[in-house]
Amino acid sequence: MKNKVMSPREAIQRYVPAGSHISIGGFTIVRNPMGLIHEIIRQKIQNLHVYVHSHGQAFDLLIGAGCVSAMEVAYGGTARFSPSGGIRFRKAIEQGLVRFEDYTNHQMVLRFLAGAMGLPFLPLKGVTRTDVFKKWGFNESFRSQNPRLPDKKLATLKNPFDPPGQEQELIAVPAIQPDVTLLHVQKADAEGTCRIEGLTFADVEQAKAARHVIVSCEELVSREEIRKDPDRNQIPFFIVDAVVPIPYGAHPTACNKYYDYDDDHLLLYGKMAADDRTFQDYLDTYVFGTENHADYLKQIGAKALQTLRADPDLGYRPRSNRN
Amino acid sequence: MDYTSQEMMALMAAREIHDEDIVFCGTGISMVAAMAAKHISAPRSIIFFETGGIDCELRELPLSVGDPRVMVGTTINAGLVESFAILQNPRTGPRTVAILGAAQVDPFGNLNSTCLGDYHRPRMRFPGAGGASDAAAYAGRVITFMLQERRRFVQRLDYFSSPGRPENPQDRFRAGLTLPRESLVITDKAIFRFDSDNGRMFLSKHYPGTTPEQVAAEVGFEIETRHSREASPPSTEEIRLLREKIDPLGLIIRRPSAPAR
Repeated sequence: MKNKVMSPREAIQRYVPAGSHISIGGFTIVRNPMGLIHEIIRQKIQNLHVYVHSHGQAFDLLIGAGCVSAMEVAYGGTARFSPSGGIRFRKAIEQGLVRFEDYTNHQMVLRFLAGAMGLPFLPLKGVTRTDVFKKWGFNESFRSQNPRLPDKKLATLKNPFDPPGQEQELIAVPAIQPDVTLLHVQKADAEGTCRIEGLTFADVEQAKAARHVIVSCEELVSREEIRKDPDRNQIPFFIVDAVVPIPYGAHPTACNKYYDYDDDHLLLYGKMAADDRTFQDYLDTYVFGTENHADYLKQIGAKALQTLRADPDLGYRPRSNRN
Repeated sequence: MDYTSQEMMALMAAREIHDEDIVFCGTGISMVAAMAAKHISAPRSIIFFETGGIDCELRELPLSVGDPRVMVGTTINAGLVESFAILQNPRTGPRTVAILGAAQVDPFGNLNSTCLGDYHRPRMRFPGAGGASDAAAYAGRVITFMLQERRRFVQRLDYFSSPGRPENPQDRFRAGLTLPRESLVITDKAIFRFDSDNGRMFLSKHYPGTTPEQVAAEVGFEIETRHSREASPPSTEEIRLLREKIDPLGLIIRRPSAPAR
């Protein structure tokens, strides 16, 4: 059995060089691979091309830290914690700091699925009169200069099984094959078999679409233990390149069954991210000022973390228990 | 009983949800509306989210559609591929009701949740089309929450994120999509529906305390108001459930403020 356990520093150094095309797992404020994203920021890796469907705290932080030069996205925000959109995500677009391309969630998810299946595209039903179809964020010259990108944002095709002249028109979405997908899961073994508890979102498709996969996990368990109940596993070991045990590795986002999202910290982030100077303070305090995730958790405080512990039956911390 | 326009808005949407409906929810007030329906008028309705939580119990109000609170007591926990399949599948799709929100709506119910100003360098950027654009295209019925403001009810969207009633229904049929059976826009002052002949929005109901003229003044395009009737106010029981069962901590629904002196 190959032992793929490594530190966040080593995993990022090895698999996320500058200019990589990456995809980030999780959803808005749930199971964001924060420990891995912090490490990308600490190593000041630049010029990343990011693919996400609905993201999220990690996405916002990465954009704000200046690591992202282009993004393909359906929804940028942290739900109720930034109802008008992710704060640094919005600023980056409003100030023209990043290239961006808008898709819908279904389109992004099928793009990952196409990548996972090794198909050049997948068709879907849809409406071509929207601006999602008509307006391109990446212009033709950017696309043609970048061999990793398809020449078109979207295209249409006719159902080849319909009688001639009566063909249904479908939208074709181009496959995504990121260099690396970063995920945070509840359990993994040293070889890379992964268990996600609760909703998988599009993590499995994102993992399978990528050339490399880095998984951070709450708990590293033995091969024997994870294979005792394989019905509950979703990602096979041979597509995983690095296994990075990071307890509270999704904080301040939630990790079902382990801990809830940290309302106080997300609100603090919202305040600090609103201004360039205080956002830099945030980065200095929580990312650059900490050596690693354990150090970051010291900044958050053991007491705060303790209060986030999930009720094991519910998977979250009931609000009625809070003061 | 004293109630807020936000409570009225959530309850008006809840009244549009029936048993057997499969409800696709976004974040915020649309979750409150779906939960209210389940507690009040449609206990057998099914709530699901694009994230893959299907038939969620929702003991506590989630703050995101990916919240661990949507993963409890479900029939299955899946992912996004599954949820979009439910919306499109010929068996389940027609039963779905999508509850959405947006920054702008046009006379045909098309929505903008992407930006204000030029797309490439917007004056104000929002989260984006997300799953709402897909749900608007696929769902059997569509309910959209809006604030009743002239700047939000516009003749022309700054960016067209999600499709409403088609100006040319042939386009949808050609795309293999059927027409949503019904589309509604529910605001803090009124309910709008769409004319089946010309596809345009008209005022269907105005809330107690407003008039059709006052509502029309907060619509930035020509709006038919002559069919409008006054909506019946929420019952004491509906308000009680909303405040005590659904959002007891006031996370989404604000309480009426004490009268100013």
